Amino acid sequence: MVRQRPGRMWAEGESEGLQTLGIVVVLCSSLKLLHYLGLIDLSDDKIEDELEMTMVCHRPEGLEQLEAQTNFTKRELQVLYRGFKNECPSGVVNEETFKQIYAQFFPHGDASMYAHYLFHAFDTTQTGSVKFEDFVTALSILLRGTVHEKLRWTFNLYDINKDGYINKEEMMDIVKAIYDMMGKYTYPVLKEDTPRQHVDVFFQKMDKNKDGIVTLDEFLESCQEDDNIMRSLQLFQNVM
Amino acid sequence: MAAGVAAWLPFARAAAIGWMPVANCPMPLAPADKNKRQDELIVLNVSGRRFQTWRTTLERYPDTLLGSTEKEFFFNEDTKEYFFDRDPEVFRCVLNFYRTGKLHYPRYECISAYDDELAFYGILPEIIGDCCYEEYKDRKRENAERLMDDNDSENNQESMPSLSFRQTMWRAFENPHTSTLALVFYYVTGFFIAVSVITNVVETVPCGTVPGSKELPCGERYSVAFFCLDTACVMIFTVEYLLRLFAAPSRYRFIRSVMSIIDVVAIMPYYIGLVMTNNEDVSGAFVTLRVFRVFRIFKFSRHSQGLRILGYTLKSCASELGFLLFSLTMAIIIFATVMFYAEKGSSASKFTSIPASFWYTIVTMTTLGYGDMVPKTIAGKIFGSICSLSGVLVIALPVPVIVSNFSRIYHQNQRADKRRAQKKARLARIRVAKTGSSNAYLHSKRNGLLTEAMELMGTPEEGHVGKSTSLAESQHHHLLHCLEKTTNHEFIDEQMFEQNCMESSMQNYPSTRSPSLSSHPGLTTTCCSRRSKKTTHLPNSNLPATRLRSMQELSTIHIQGSEQPSLTTSRSSLNLKADDGLRPNCKTSQITTAIISIPTPPARSPEGESRPPPASPGPNTNIPSVASNVVKVSAL
Repeated sequence: MVRQRPGRMWAEGESEGLQTLGIVVVLCSSLKLLHYLGLIDLSDDKIEDELEMTMVCHRPEGLEQLEAQTNFTKRELQVLYRGFKNECPSGVVNEETFKQIYAQFFPHGDASMYAHYLFHAFDTTQTGSVKFEDFVTALSILLRGTVHEKLRWTFNLYDINKDGYINKEEMMDIVKAIYDMMGKYTYPVLKEDTPRQHVDVFFQKMDKNKDGIVTLDEFLESCQEDDNIMRSLQLFQNVM
Repeated sequence: MAAGVAAWLPFARAAAIGWMPVANCPMPLAPADKNKRQDELIVLNVSGRRFQTWRTTLERYPDTLLGSTEKEFFFNEDTKEYFFDRDPEVFRCVLNFYRTGKLHYPRYECISAYDDELAFYGILPEIIGDCCYEEYKDRKRENAERLMDDNDSENNQESMPSLSFRQTMWRAFENPHTSTLALVFYYVTGFFIAVSVITNVVETVPCGTVPGSKELPCGERYSVAFFCLDTACVMIFTVEYLLRLFAAPSRYRFIRSVMSIIDVVAIMPYYIGLVMTNNEDVSGAFVTLRVFRVFRIFKFSRHSQGLRILGYTLKSCASELGFLLFSLTMAIIIFATVMFYAEKGSSASKFTSIPASFWYTIVTMTTLGYGDMVPKTIAGKIFGSICSLSGVLVIALPVPVIVSNFSRIYHQNQRADKRRAQKKARLARIRVAKTGSSNAYLHSKRNGLLTEAMELMGTPEEGHVGKSTSLAESQHHHLLHCLEKTTNHEFIDEQMFEQNCMESSMQNYPSTRSPSLSSHPGLTTTCCSRRSKKTTHLPNSNLPATRLRSMQELSTIHIQGSEQPSLTTSRSSLNLKADDGLRPNCKTSQITTAIISIPTPPARSPEGESRPPPASPGPNTNIPSVASNVVKVSAL
């Protein structure tokens, strides 16, 4: 009897335990089923707030101030601003938009690297966005500035890390970016070392003391010696 | 190039100063802005409503009415404005297109009125922005269907052109309303399907007793009659199947189709039965085969549109049905297990095993409740009630979801297909726009060279080559030209690139060319001996295809007037050919091309036969000697 009792009690306990377990299982699975059907929400995740678009709206300084600071007339500034605002309603260009705009002019190849370097040349304060004032200042130099200013701006463009010197790696990057814009289908076929050869030619011309880097003075001097460069700098005189 | 971005062209050109120190060659001259006007406002009067915009805004799209000189036809001298006698509402959308570069389709507008207006202003509807494109296409499709329905009802009375016998038969089968014979056939087969199905059913009804034996089903009592009926039906079905097989345009596809499989399955048992009647072992299997005769009822789906739609929607809702089955199975297993263990303790319980409990669970969950299996313990009763309640939920809830899913999925499938097709079209449009702009540059390059050539020749031939490009475009092309000069490489299109690759692997004597041909007098001011570089590859017919194609028309004319021996047209033989035969060719062909001025679209593939003699890309100053036998043709 004693032996049976524990056995019987165990059998009863077993079925009781199983029943409880069964109830628990059924409840959980039915809850899960309802959740799966989307009727109740058991998840703990907070609904992520949508990323707020940072609506930075920047308005440029007055027209008179800009006219005084740059070499453009009021009408030209108006035309420039209309085009600028059309593409960037928020008043600032970020790098992505800059790259997209620039890429539309060069559908053959990939203009993103050159646009990247350009962006950093435009963005003088390194804030990551180009306002209309920066834009117009740079354009004023490029289109209406003196030869000296233009060359200095170009030197700034080539000097990627802005340390005041152009070394071969920086030049390689720039030239590679320019060649990337050509795309694949060119005549003659672009070979692997074409950019490198180009850079070597450039350095031969520019690097006077052959120390492997080009300083601003070397650059200015070499460019002013070269008639081709001087002539081509005047090419976009009457772009506006 | 998008219109809005044209405003950034000055910036892109200014940024080109960054290439100048790197470039080895001098840059080409910039195009002069001949008519430098200050930007002015123009007034567009559309049926009384005045719109004003900048002139340059309209000139962004020069191939539309408002962007070209066509609008001058609508200029009203008295009021100094452009008057259009059109709908001002739609004009709003049109003008916004010029301003923003995106064309929108207003939903309240009638689709054909909108299309008419777009056609008037010379705007292609394909430019409609993605936001409105789907709506536009939907409405257009509905309109087209309506037009098609109208056309069909008109055409039904007309007599069709004579089709072959087989085609008429197929048409008769597919559409019974085309002729009375088809209709008769349709009804006859329908009748026999019904007869066959009823026969199968009545066969099994017990039909009164023969004295001395137990009650027999009718099938065995009147077996001969039933056998005759069955034979007749099967014969009709067989004949019908064979006729359809004969008439089908694609027999292989017909055999694979669902309806024909149903036909085969419906008549097979009979033939198998004929073959196998005497064998006792397989008569059991034969009896089973008779079950397949019920598939004859599916033959009705040819006669009923509704059945077909039902089948299609079931197929498309397979996932929802699958989910329903899955959740049901899950619930059944859970509850069966629970019931089994709950009822395990009670004596004489019918719940002998879990699979045995399945039956109880199904009956309870579908609220049938036969009552053959009933729980006796308290726990069992509790779980049983939970089971029946959840059964109601599990079954009743997904069913309306499935029903609404039917319509939702049906429409969604259609929209997904449309979107996929549109996506392809959209990507194709983007690709076309991209290649269009790059092709435009290559095209204008050729034009530019030809114009320069003609100017050098001093013979101003009739008018200009090709249509005048807008100032923005010429500036853009100048920019690309500068890039070419900076890198000393040229833009060409894809086919030519591949050709060059193949060529360069085949030929290996460019170097010997250059000295002989560089003795050309200095041609133009372009640098880097680009011309001579081109001519080095001439003997190996390594021309850019653009030049080849533009010379195609010329070449056919030239070949007729030429005194040269027939040129071989295969590229390999040109490669192997000796130089001397080719150099005189160059000279004469140069002359021809200089006089004949044709720009042709660059997209034509070079035809094998008319592979022209290697033509120099431009004019040559040592012209005159052989000019006599050249045919002067204007092919503008």
